Amino acid sequence: MTSAFTAIVVRDFTLAVRQGGGIGTAIGFFLTVIVLLPLGLGPDQQLLQRIAPGALWIALLLSVLLSADRLYQTDHDDGSLEIMALSSTPLEIVVLAKASVHWLTSGLPLAIAAPVFGFLLNLDTALIAPLAIAMVTGSLALSLLASLGAAITVGLRQGGLLVSLLILPLYVPVMIFGVLASSGAQSGIDNSGAALVILMAIVLAALVVSPFASAAALRSFMR
Amino acid sequence: MVFTGLDFTADAGRMLVLRGPNGAGKTSLLRLIAGLAEPVGGSLVFEHTSLPRDTMLGEHVHFIAHHDAIKLHLSVAENLKFWAGFFGGGDVAGAMQAMNLTSLGEFQAQRLSAGQKRRLGLARLALIERPVWLLDEPTVGLDAASQQLLAAMMVRHLDGGGVIIASTHIDLPVKSSDVLDFANLAEQAS
Amino acid sequence: MSSIERFANPTRFMRLQKAVQPWVWVITFALFGVGLFLGLTRAPADYQQGETVRIMYVHVPAAWSALMVYSVMALASIIGIVFRHPLADIAAKAAAPIGAVFCFLALATGALWGKPMWGTWWVWDARLTSMFVLFLLYLGYMAIWQAIDDPRRASRIAAIVAIVGFINVPIVKFSVDWWYSLHQPASVFRAGGPTIHASILTPLLIMGLAFSFLFLALHLIAIRSEIGARRIRQTELARTGALQ
Repeated sequence: MTSAFTAIVVRDFTLAVRQGGGIGTAIGFFLTVIVLLPLGLGPDQQLLQRIAPGALWIALLLSVLLSADRLYQTDHDDGSLEIMALSSTPLEIVVLAKASVHWLTSGLPLAIAAPVFGFLLNLDTALIAPLAIAMVTGSLALSLLASLGAAITVGLRQGGLLVSLLILPLYVPVMIFGVLASSGAQSGIDNSGAALVILMAIVLAALVVSPFASAAALRSFMR
Repeated sequence: MVFTGLDFTADAGRMLVLRGPNGAGKTSLLRLIAGLAEPVGGSLVFEHTSLPRDTMLGEHVHFIAHHDAIKLHLSVAENLKFWAGFFGGGDVAGAMQAMNLTSLGEFQAQRLSAGQKRRLGLARLALIERPVWLLDEPTVGLDAASQQLLAAMMVRHLDGGGVIIASTHIDLPVKSSDVLDFANLAEQAS
Repeated sequence: MSSIERFANPTRFMRLQKAVQPWVWVITFALFGVGLFLGLTRAPADYQQGETVRIMYVHVPAAWSALMVYSVMALASIIGIVFRHPLADIAAKAAAPIGAVFCFLALATGALWGKPMWGTWWVWDARLTSMFVLFLLYLGYMAIWQAIDDPRRASRIAAIVAIVGFINVPIVKFSVDWWYSLHQPASVFRAGGPTIHASILTPLLIMGLAFSFLFLALHLIAIRSEIGARRIRQTELARTGALQ
């Protein structure tokens, strides 16, 4: 089971690096959202500073969602998933391995890049550290939930649009506590510590629910 | 529900060949045996000396489907190494040799021809020992020499007491085989 | 084996439904008659809000029902996925559009009520937001049934969506409560209305019961038509020779 986990992590990571695109496209998309915001809202520095944490979280959320869309697609299409189902390794482990790689190749780099891009939105420098911590934590939940969305829609033609509709409600709590944990005392009282703890609780809940639900969905699509 | 009234046994050391027109349900039957599909009614019993009777076949079968389950951006050796790692062990060099892929080891799978890709898919059979082989049109895209390699592998598997259930249009040079014809079955049903 | 059982149950349901349906309708209409009469004519108008307070007699029961229907849907999904009972899958599927309409009704009447009361159609208040998320969950659930052709596969995937959504609803509620309490001034949501008197509570509860029976009536019909639709599909499949 450990060897299966390692095998998938190594393979998916190799593929992500070799195929390129993945990480670069996600960061590019992230940057696009960040650039569009001031253009749409006007270059008011005060306004931008106020909305910066929320805006960065929205950008993170959309980028993760976009990159997760195809998480299981290639394995489903080329038959690898069926072969993986025919083994003593439970599909839950497969899901965990693939979600981990997804986090390593999209959530984590984005979470590291976000505070840097924050300068474009006049992000308060005091918030850089809390934002990075909250995003590294929260993106774990985002990857796990995105895995669920990708698994639910793996065999469908119009999967991409449906994923957004299905995953949006699940992203609401992550988003709210993520923003709270990264905006410090910006909105009056500083609740960021408590929010970060709850964000971790959500990560743990996603860690419990997502592998089982994703694996169940993948099994249904094979049967 | 694709078929009804199907009754067959596949014995150790023998091959069961599935024949019939397209859409007769050969693939569905193989998926059913593998546990990738659920029967509406009926049962499949797996008798093996060392395993309980109600074992799901899953991890005891090699299933060769239409798709080769290979990653185009990995080399031939890396593809097999991945499956060896996933299955928890396997003889990568031996598998490459069995399907004559040794000289192609370092090539990325996307540069292989269709037949070579098929051979890479089939090499999984030699990677790790599993008692039951389910082969869905295994010879598609293979030239005569590769068919010989496959047949040799199948004979070795049968000699070792393995079971093969294969759907194929081509007569493979494998003796000791039974035939289950879906054409007769369809007539019975209608 | 179980294939006979599989079809016997829906058949028994069809018989039961036929016998019960008229009575359910009678009770539904009676409850609506009494509830609306009491709520619209006998219950007092609010001294602050005037007659608009009567929207409550539709708004609150609709919101209750929307939550209740989702629970029914999630429960049926759990039964469907654990016991593989086809009737449970059908019940879950049939409940969704009804619940979505209740949810929409609650949101729409809420907006109508909010305009005179708060001066705006929509506020990103905790309760409104979580109700809106519930509506999205209904839409997602129905979209899954739309997107997957094979009913057996669709029922499993839809069940996963319903169950995960069910876990999510309290979390969303909790999170928006927090979010709201930090960001919004506490003046908007303070209802501060009169404590509930029997003259208001009685029609409210009767309307709640009326909505529950309306759901039951519609649900029974929806299940019946779904069973019918599946039988037609099966007959057609059998006629085309069942070939893929």
